[in-house]
Amino acid sequence: MAIIELKNLNKSFNDHQVLNNLNLIIEKGSTLVVIGRSGCGKSVLLKHIIGILNPDSGSVLVNGQDIWQTSRADFNKIIFKMNMVFQGGALFDSLSVGENVGFELIEHNLAEGVGLDKKIKEALSLVDLFGISHLMPSELSGGMRKRVALARAICMHPEIILYDEPTTGVDPITADSINELIKSLQDKLKVTSIVVTHDMKSAYKIGDRIAMLYKGKIIVEGSPEEIQNSRDPFVHQFINGLAKGPITED
Amino acid sequence: MKLKYTFHILGAKFISFIYFLGGLTYLTFQTFYQALKPPLKRRRIFEQAKKAGVDSLPIVSLISFFIGVIFAFQISYLMTRLGSEMYIASIVALSIVRELGPVITALVVAGRVGAAITAEIGSMQVTEQVDALSTLATNPIKYLVVPRFIALGLMLPILTLYADIVGILGGWLICVFKLGITSSMYWNIATEALRFKDLITGLSKTIVFGMLIALVSCYQGFNVEGGAEGVGKATTKSVVVSFILIIAFDCFFTALFYFIFP
Repeated sequence: MAIIELKNLNKSFNDHQVLNNLNLIIEKGSTLVVIGRSGCGKSVLLKHIIGILNPDSGSVLVNGQDIWQTSRADFNKIIFKMNMVFQGGALFDSLSVGENVGFELIEHNLAEGVGLDKKIKEALSLVDLFGISHLMPSELSGGMRKRVALARAICMHPEIILYDEPTTGVDPITADSINELIKSLQDKLKVTSIVVTHDMKSAYKIGDRIAMLYKGKIIVEGSPEEIQNSRDPFVHQFINGLAKGPITED
Repeated sequence: MKLKYTFHILGAKFISFIYFLGGLTYLTFQTFYQALKPPLKRRRIFEQAKKAGVDSLPIVSLISFFIGVIFAFQISYLMTRLGSEMYIASIVALSIVRELGPVITALVVAGRVGAAITAEIGSMQVTEQVDALSTLATNPIKYLVVPRFIALGLMLPILTLYADIVGILGGWLICVFKLGITSSMYWNIATEALRFKDLITGLSKTIVFGMLIALVSCYQGFNVEGGAEGVGKATTKSVVVSFILIIAFDCFFTALFYFIFP
């Protein structure tokens, strides 16, 4: 069953078309990895799904509901079911790790009765972090920041988690532990995940399906095996990291 | 060719000005709407009020004291020639309460607090923290703008009142120790010259100045593009625009009060 459906999505910035009649379906409980070159619009795609960006035309359906055609209250209800892990973590500098993780609970007064500290500890333990609630984001390493961002995303048990390049900027060992973490969260929490990355190792490891974005469109979609064995020249060039091929600079 | 280029530049500047006006107006309406919509987190307003008000006290004290001293010196130059030293106290008090106190305080706050707001929100924008707020079902305007808007609107009149007192004290120092006017005479003349309407007109406009500083600073912060360079540019722009708007609104209020309270 499709949980997210993107229909004929178009988006331009200053005459530069980033999304061009893009269509995509994401099944409930699955993990879709979107690959593509830097600057091809992967992050823009995620920001459309979570409602940060408004498309020029087309629709974003979540559980069959067009997020831009609903009331503000319904829009907020849909957004509550999603969360996003940003590339740099996007942790709030002025708040401690605990306040970052429990942000939604504190901000929307949902902490009463559930035990805020318990919830924060639970979310942090899911990402293998213990006893760091009192630290400030500036005191954390890059890998820890990504984990805290992940803990913040799962604290409210969302149905959908969007990951924007979760393994970029960390060493290969930390990158692999983040991949393991994403996989284990999928197994434990049964969430639908959309992961944007250009790290092919990560894509093969965590993806149920892989889609390639090029010139604003999804040009190929398939299982990791299908992508790995694809004869499409664009896919071949990208997954093998070849400088020469049909993918052009623009 | 040169003329065409000039028109092109002027046209671009005009369009960017219209964008700025539209964006600022939209932010103003959204801020009022979000401020009136419950719940309102008082803790966050107090935090901002401390940053904008209490932490600004040393710099406001220093500047308003020096303004009082300089102003008394400058006035004494003319008044001693006319043999009217007695009027220095009233001129100092009236000028500071009606004009110098409100404007100088607003400019100091725009430079100190406004710049900090733009830099903070700008950095949040660059590091996607503003986007993260939206994904956590939190309206960035309610979370970031409303507390600063209310805090500055409340704290600027209080800071101005304080600056008025310190500025008049600066004038007292010169009158008593340089011009030989007795302390009691200085206070008598200064307070006699002042009317309640002087204080009210002086303080009421600072509420608007405070709100203006918050709105301009937040707007520039939200519109940061690029990295550290963008934050730097936005901060400069925020201070310059706030200064211009403070002076323009002061001119408007002076004219308005002149006709309302002749």
